[in-house]
Amino acid sequence: MTTEFSKKLPEIMTRRSAESLLSRSGQAMTIIGVSLLALILGYSLWTLPPFSDRMVTLVSDNMAISGVENPVTAVLLNFRGYDTLLEIGVLLLAVVAVFSIAPSPALLATSPPSPMATLLLRLLLPFVVLVGGYILWVGSYAPGGAFQAGAVLAAGGILFTTVTARWHPLANKAIPFAMGAGLLIFVLVALATMMVTGNFLQYPETRAGMLILLIEAAATMSIAVILTLLFVGGEPGEISPAQGENKHTVSFNKENRSE
Amino acid sequence: MTVPNMYALVGVGLLCMGLYGLVMHSHLVRKILALNVSGSGVFLFLVALADQTPGPTPDPVPHAMVLTGIVVAVSATALALALACRIQQVNGTLRLSDNEPE
Amino acid sequence: MDNFANYGAFTLDAILALVLLTLAWLLLRSRDLFKAIVLFISFGLLMSLAWVRLKAIDIALAEAAIGAGLTGALFLSALGRIRQYSRKDRRQQKTSRPFRNRD
Repeated sequence: MTTEFSKKLPEIMTRRSAESLLSRSGQAMTIIGVSLLALILGYSLWTLPPFSDRMVTLVSDNMAISGVENPVTAVLLNFRGYDTLLEIGVLLLAVVAVFSIAPSPALLATSPPSPMATLLLRLLLPFVVLVGGYILWVGSYAPGGAFQAGAVLAAGGILFTTVTARWHPLANKAIPFAMGAGLLIFVLVALATMMVTGNFLQYPETRAGMLILLIEAAATMSIAVILTLLFVGGEPGEISPAQGENKHTVSFNKENRSE
Repeated sequence: MTVPNMYALVGVGLLCMGLYGLVMHSHLVRKILALNVSGSGVFLFLVALADQTPGPTPDPVPHAMVLTGIVVAVSATALALALACRIQQVNGTLRLSDNEPE
Repeated sequence: MDNFANYGAFTLDAILALVLLTLAWLLLRSRDLFKAIVLFISFGLLMSLAWVRLKAIDIALAEAAIGAGLTGALFLSALGRIRQYSRKDRRQQKTSRPFRNRD
């Protein structure tokens, strides 16, 4: 019996279940490798050198000239403003890439929305806008800021597209400008500060708070529109729900797949 | 064990579990889920280390980095899901398989 | 009283850590994709609690809105779209070829 088992063992170890990409021996090796990584990282945690508060003192010493009172906002938009500029660029790049993959899927609401959903929308959306605006403004003084506010507004936008499933024709024309406004204003402010103070993204100290709020406002609108469009999942408004999504599709395969 | 160390260990655990799930699963959406879990683990690790700095307030620089990281992670996830839907349209299935092309 | 608060905080952190790890394990090992996505949304919500415990309030706000809300909505919308496409394929009686793993 043991010989039968030993004959079947290689087959058992290399057999693959449908849901996993690895055979059993592959799974075992992965578990061993991952546990080794966990042990190494845990050991590195135990042997960390004592922490210095150099960064904390650097930030708190320069809070007076940063123009805001929230250290995280100061770091995000003043001390490491270049990272935030590129992050907004990454968001724009992601939504352009999603646009280029396929036109947006047919929004699935085939019947007019229920009156309860419309009532919910009518009650919630003003508060969403209010809360988003407040979080944007309070980011200079307390936890908050552009990304949080943009995310809250995007949640309102997702609610809107899910319930009404319709695009206003004016929205289609405004979408490219809304998407690019954050990055555009950020870059314009950075170039303007370069002309005033001589360094890219170095704010003049008396105007720093106002410039940060300006950049954050444009970034909030941009982030809200981009995140809502990422949820929609494609370029909006190009298709009719009846036809499906093959009108503007580029065929990626050489063989002619009918879709 | 001090409190930030506990969250740092949780971050390590999440990273490793996410890596295992990424390698093991054959369904593309499950891979994206596992990638998100390991990303959250990395962020936990960073912020737990930031909380360990001496002083009343934690270090704001890793906070800003993690904030940037969350936004970039969500945009990458959205792009990955759009690609997965497109793959489903073109190939009919989302499961990778090991079949050799005939 | 101070000791009591310390013990309470430690218990909260320990339970939160355990629940986070358990949620991650369950979500990676669940059979149903919809269940995994719902577990992921609750995982994001608890991560937001963990950020508050780590004194990172800005990240907690962002994680609650983006991590739990937006990513969960993205996954659910993608799941709906995938199921819609596979239903359409089955109606048109396509044979689903396995995706060629080109390495």
